[in-house]
Amino acid sequence: MSTAPATRPARDAIADEQVLHAALSSTARPPRPSAFAAAVTFGWRGMRKIKHVPEQLVDVTITPVLFLLMFTYLFGGEVAGSTGDYLQYILPGILVQSVLFTAVYCGISLNTDITKGVVDRFRSLPISRSAPLTGALLGDTVRYTIAATVVVVLGLVMGFDPGEGVLGILAAMLVVVVFTFGLSWVFTTLGLVLRSPNAVMNTGFMALFPLVFLSNTLVDPATLPGWLEAFVDVNPVSHVVTAARGLMHGGASAGDVALVFGEAAVLTAIFAPLTVRLYSRHT
Amino acid sequence: MTTDLAIETSGLVKTFGDLRAVDGVDLTVPRGTVYGVLGPNGAGKTTTIKMLATLLRPDGGTARVLGHDVVHDADAVRGLVSLTGQLASVDDELTGRENLVLLGRLLGFRTRRARERADELLHAFGLADAGGRLVKSYSGGMRRRLDIAASIVVTPELLFLDEPTTGLDPRSRNQVWDIVRALVGLGTTVLLCTQYLDEADQLASRIAVIDHGKVIAEGTPGELKASVGGGALHVRLLDPEDRADAAAIVARVAGAEAHLESDPSAFSVPVDSPEQASEAVAALAAAGVGLASFSLGQPSLDEVFLALTGRPAEDHEEVAA
Repeated sequence: MSTAPATRPARDAIADEQVLHAALSSTARPPRPSAFAAAVTFGWRGMRKIKHVPEQLVDVTITPVLFLLMFTYLFGGEVAGSTGDYLQYILPGILVQSVLFTAVYCGISLNTDITKGVVDRFRSLPISRSAPLTGALLGDTVRYTIAATVVVVLGLVMGFDPGEGVLGILAAMLVVVVFTFGLSWVFTTLGLVLRSPNAVMNTGFMALFPLVFLSNTLVDPATLPGWLEAFVDVNPVSHVVTAARGLMHGGASAGDVALVFGEAAVLTAIFAPLTVRLYSRHT
Repeated sequence: MTTDLAIETSGLVKTFGDLRAVDGVDLTVPRGTVYGVLGPNGAGKTTTIKMLATLLRPDGGTARVLGHDVVHDADAVRGLVSLTGQLASVDDELTGRENLVLLGRLLGFRTRRARERADELLHAFGLADAGGRLVKSYSGGMRRRLDIAASIVVTPELLFLDEPTTGLDPRSRNQVWDIVRALVGLGTTVLLCTQYLDEADQLASRIAVIDHGKVIAEGTPGELKASVGGGALHVRLLDPEDRADAAAIVARVAGAEAHLESDPSAFSVPVDSPEQASEAVAALAAAGVGLASFSLGQPSLDEVFLALTGRPAEDHEEVAA
């Protein structure tokens, strides 16, 4: 090329007419993606956001780390006689707790999408109505897995020594993530009903706190007053903790695991269609 | 089914509680043109667009977009239109390029093709250097361009643009206008909602003025402006002492009353035409009045409203919809 380049346009100027016209006219519409392909794409979006805004993972990882350290060393000696023994008891529960708290974020990010108008664009696309939701939740399961891994690794460093070994740990993590997937539909519903991301966060955590703490995570329910013990026994969070504990230390029955999967299925059956309905109708 | 009309609505109604946000709107928008919908905040523009883009269900009346009913055939409509909403609905926490790749994949492109298309659009819209940056670091003009790029990853037959230049500096505004003109040149129909008469005038071949959810005037920009008058001649003098005399001269030529601005050396007078304005300026020069500047302003939305409704455009509270 011997001709001297023309004066370089300002860096953010739109290109010359030819390039612009080429870009505007060059696209035939491809066939529509399947609902599954669209959901996978939304999952990809969630992953990219985790990469770009890793701060959101800090909440997710710091909180369980703090809980695990505080509860173990603060209460261990008093409740279980030694911090080591108490760690064996509470680690499965802390695992459940930290993953459940992470689930509130799916409601918060859905609400943020609505507030910012991104949802309007998605809803004007010719794609499956449920794809943005299932996709986002599938992306969130990555977050749950990260939170679960942090707790387990820290626990192992502190001396957690489960009888069922690595397989037991993986099975417990799976049960927790499946239950949380079911529960996260409750938070997406909240995300669609409430007005601001902050409201979702406050309501979500408010609802979770009693469920998480009035469970068999931290203490043996047999030591509780009868009415409270009754609540703890029917609390689904206790069922997840029982299953996770059993899978890690041995002694989990098929019934324990089936109960948790059943509860996840019921939550999904009620709140997933509700979420999709609210999402499609959202004004 | 083919039709020459891009949009055809009849008695379109949307209510939110007691508020009739859209109250019987009839629109007829031919294909291949820019159709302007002009009105103040809260007039019902956004609500109308949302019904046409199938995001809101009308409470009454009918609307057909490119021959398809927006309620019964919503999916077909979605396959033909694109929406650039008022909020610049791009994802802050993704890069510009990722935003476009996301849309490309959702429209059915394979990843590789979606990436090519994203790069092509970034290049054409002057965002090639910024493509790898998170959108939250973009200026308002860049966001708008990305937003429009996201709407045309696949060229739509009909593009809804809701206040595309609100809050933009003049240069960014011109860039957006250039893009709209290029799109229409290639056959896309654009429904443009705006608060600015000069924007509608620049781009649209027909304009509907709406207020309180009703169309109160419809026509070409020329017809609309003719109904309002030619705008106002704004004059700024070198010496404020001259103002009373100068205002009297212009008022006499224009046959209208002068409005004295708060700036002691400025005044304005409504005029019927550019010719009349230049006549008035010539009269000032002949009288030896020293001018710092003068300009012929288009009638503002307020003046249009004043002429059409006898009251200024109110800034109604925007309906959150």
